[in-house]
Amino acid sequence: MSRSSPHDFDVLVLGGGPAGMVSAITASQHGLSVGLIDEQAEAGGQIWRAPWAASSGKDASPEVRDGHKMRETLARSNVSCLFGRRIWSVTDQYRVEVLGADGVETYQAPHLIVALGAHERVIPFPGWTLPGVMGLAAATIMLKAHGLAPPKDWVLAGVGPLLAAVAAGYARKGHPPKAIIDLSGPSDWLATLPSLASRPGLFKQGVGWVVSILSSRIPIYFRHAIRRAEGQDRIAACVIGPVDQDGHRVAGPELSLDCDALMIGNGLVPGGEVPRLLGANQVYQHELGGWIPDCDRYGRTSLKHLYAIGDGAGIRGGAVACSAGQLAGLAVAHDAGFIDAASFARQSVQPLTENQKLAAFSAAMAHMIRLRPAQVASISPEAVICRCEDVTRQDLVCAAKAGARDVNQLKHFTRCGMGPCQGRMCGDIAAEILAQEHQVSRQAVGYWTARPPLRPISLQSMLGRFEYSDIPIPKPAPL
Amino acid sequence: MSTLHDLIVIGGGINGATTALFAARGGMDVVVVDRGPLCREASGVNAGTLTMQMTRVALIPYALRAHQMWATAREWLGHDVGVVVCDGLSLAFTEQEAELLTFRAGKRREAGAPITLITGQQALQIEPGLSDKALLAGHCRVDGYANAYLTGLAFRTALLDAGVTLMENNPATDIQQTSSGFEVVTNQGPVRAKRVVIAGGVWIEEMMGWLGIDLPIKTLVNQLAVTERIPTAMRTVVGIANGLLSLKQYHHGTVVIGGGWQGVGSRDGGACSLLPERLVGNIRLACHAIPALKNARLARAWTGFEAETRDALPAVGPIPGITNAYVIGSIHSGYTSGPYLAKLLADQILGREPDLPLFPIDRLLTPEPHAQG
Ligand SMILES: Cc1cc2nc3c(=O)[nH]c(=O)nc-3n(C[C@H](O)[C@H](O)[C@H](O)COP(=O)(O)OP(=O)(O)OC[C@H]3O[C@@H](n4cnc5c(N)ncnc54)[C@H](O)[C@@H]3O)c2cc1C
Repeated sequence: MSRSSPHDFDVLVLGGGPAGMVSAITASQHGLSVGLIDEQAEAGGQIWRAPWAASSGKDASPEVRDGHKMRETLARSNVSCLFGRRIWSVTDQYRVEVLGADGVETYQAPHLIVALGAHERVIPFPGWTLPGVMGLAAATIMLKAHGLAPPKDWVLAGVGPLLAAVAAGYARKGHPPKAIIDLSGPSDWLATLPSLASRPGLFKQGVGWVVSILSSRIPIYFRHAIRRAEGQDRIAACVIGPVDQDGHRVAGPELSLDCDALMIGNGLVPGGEVPRLLGANQVYQHELGGWIPDCDRYGRTSLKHLYAIGDGAGIRGGAVACSAGQLAGLAVAHDAGFIDAASFARQSVQPLTENQKLAAFSAAMAHMIRLRPAQVASISPEAVICRCEDVTRQDLVCAAKAGARDVNQLKHFTRCGMGPCQGRMCGDIAAEILAQEHQVSRQAVGYWTARPPLRPISLQSMLGRFEYSDIPIPKPAPL
Repeated sequence: MSTLHDLIVIGGGINGATTALFAARGGMDVVVVDRGPLCREASGVNAGTLTMQMTRVALIPYALRAHQMWATAREWLGHDVGVVVCDGLSLAFTEQEAELLTFRAGKRREAGAPITLITGQQALQIEPGLSDKALLAGHCRVDGYANAYLTGLAFRTALLDAGVTLMENNPATDIQQTSSGFEVVTNQGPVRAKRVVIAGGVWIEEMMGWLGIDLPIKTLVNQLAVTERIPTAMRTVVGIANGLLSLKQYHHGTVVIGGGWQGVGSRDGGACSLLPERLVGNIRLACHAIPALKNARLARAWTGFEAETRDALPAVGPIPGITNAYVIGSIHSGYTSGPYLAKLLADQILGREPDLPLFPIDRLLTPEPHAQG
């Protein structure tokens, strides 16, 4: 294991999405040495994901253009880009363990900015684990990075702006979904209009989506949700049914749609594992997606010199992530003594104002994709919640009845969240089920203890080359 | 005025919970107070190895009886804690380790553990997953493992069935001695009892302090790791001569890698964390012993606190000078032996003569005879 000297950089930034990129660039502009680590081969994160082959400039979406621009700025900066590295451990004094092409490496810095984004929220239904059912994040990766076409008959379901973006994206490429199943109704969409006033660019983009969707004549089932997916070895059909605005099932006909693929997105859950692992204070903010590190407006957490920004610190979207990146970059520059208080205050004005301007829109979008308790209450008992360990809703309910009152106890009772995904997929829903079962708040059932590795890594890759005599075996236990 | 219980147990780990269970079954009205849910500290996060080959010699007679209890957990606990009884192997890869193993296995055998020494080749026949690099192995038929994370669920049910009052998520903060016994100050108010058992794991030092007694307890921060589910790679419990490795594969396919490699952290609420290089060291050792593990992915790693007295022997018995007050903790390989020692303590509390002697703490309260050792 190559061990570099302590303090390889003034600041390490984890995650190369908008928040991470901007904070890295900002800190670097103020003279800090910055290391930016990301698992992907290039910066961009989820929204600015680098396309597989350079997409032609003319039909490139605004995100693609913004992403390219920011990647160019990054390339011109002094930021050391440590890409293609999977972060698996973050410990005290901001020591970061990664796995790269050359094996395990360690980086250390006195300041750490965490910008690792969010993960998809899955609201289970019977059959969601069938091959052919996939998350919208995966769908957007296919679309953005690989330009892959979906199977012929595919259905798009869920809630929120990503539905429209994905539908329009694929429609323009000549692969419209067979149907869109939207929990929201037209009135929910209209309700977001006022907040769009501050975002003319987005308004235009939104109109573009609507035009694409309408002109492809895609049937849209508003106020509907997936009841179950059916099929033998893979999905063959999905059954949808009407719901109310909170996601409660309501009376009305069920409809079966034959399909080879179902792409589904029900919003995002902040990926707050690193601040949690380090012991930063957490707060539960339902509208921001769940448990997030308690941060000030600059992204400072309760731990000294630890900053958390972007969707991992609360679902606010790409635009807010950029100004949050600027603010955290400035805060680090200030806290590390590279700029004085006056300059910090002066330079923060613009991003703070920007954030304020964006607030209404980002809140409207976050509200649209918030978890509705009724969505969880409607999950049927036999539905698998934790797919890694095959734990159903019924299993969780039994564990709650057997006395599990917090999520980590629930994990012990059922193995829910013990598999490779470490509860990233099921954690939010399992916690909601537990809270509902005991009729208590989400705060009362707590949050999942974060554990390394942050992503599964093979033992082989951790081993490196070694002789038995090199293993620093501690002295024998007493006899 | 609140009820006066016969017994209050502070700390619902394996030691406190078992003491409470047998005291209640012996007819006492018992209350258990825990800061968190039952068995969520050492007793819920440990490696679950039930082995003689890591047990201290002085504890072998207890561990053998405790092993028997674990093997029949369904009968007395009523719930399956996933106990599997299987062969255990303690390996030596170098001449030096072989010497250590020979000595240690000999001492443990003298104390009653049925350990025999076999060659590496013979060990391979017992455990085909083993590397061919072992020179010598200690082989013991009395070995096995439990699923430690199920301990809380099991004891919760058993204690409630036995009529024990559970006060989970309720930290105790002080103990007052009263004319009728003890009044334990807790977040949910005072709890009164005629007798008290201090069973707070690494926190017994603080609790003993409430009674004015200074019992220094060292905190070990043990690291553990578990792989994803993999095809069967091993069927025995595997360790090494000096005790710094423990490996077993659960029926669902995951392999737990332990051995007591130390992380960093403090029992006083401070964050505790793994040292990545020690995790790597532990994993190297594991893959050296069972090469197929290389193909597994690491799913999770964590730490837990284990208590140790200055002579690394248990603190189990009455608290000197305070009638009706008892302590239980700091039992090396305490998940294995805890239930039996706790049953002995319950016997003593119930006024019965324990089958084997306890480990009274008087020896630990006098100034240390000689330098740290
Ligand atoms: C990582 C690890 C691996 C291990 N592996 C093995 C193994 O493989 N085999 C083996 O035999 N042993 C193993 N051990 C040792 C074994 O786990 C312990 O010896 C045993 O569990 C200790 O039990 P206990 O009840 O004394 O302590 P604990 O289980 O720690 O219980 C103490 C309880 O006291 C409670 N408490 C603390 N403060 C308060 C308060 N103020 N008020 C109320 N309650 C309080 C805590 O919440 C806790 O529930 C391991 C230990 C660790 C940490």
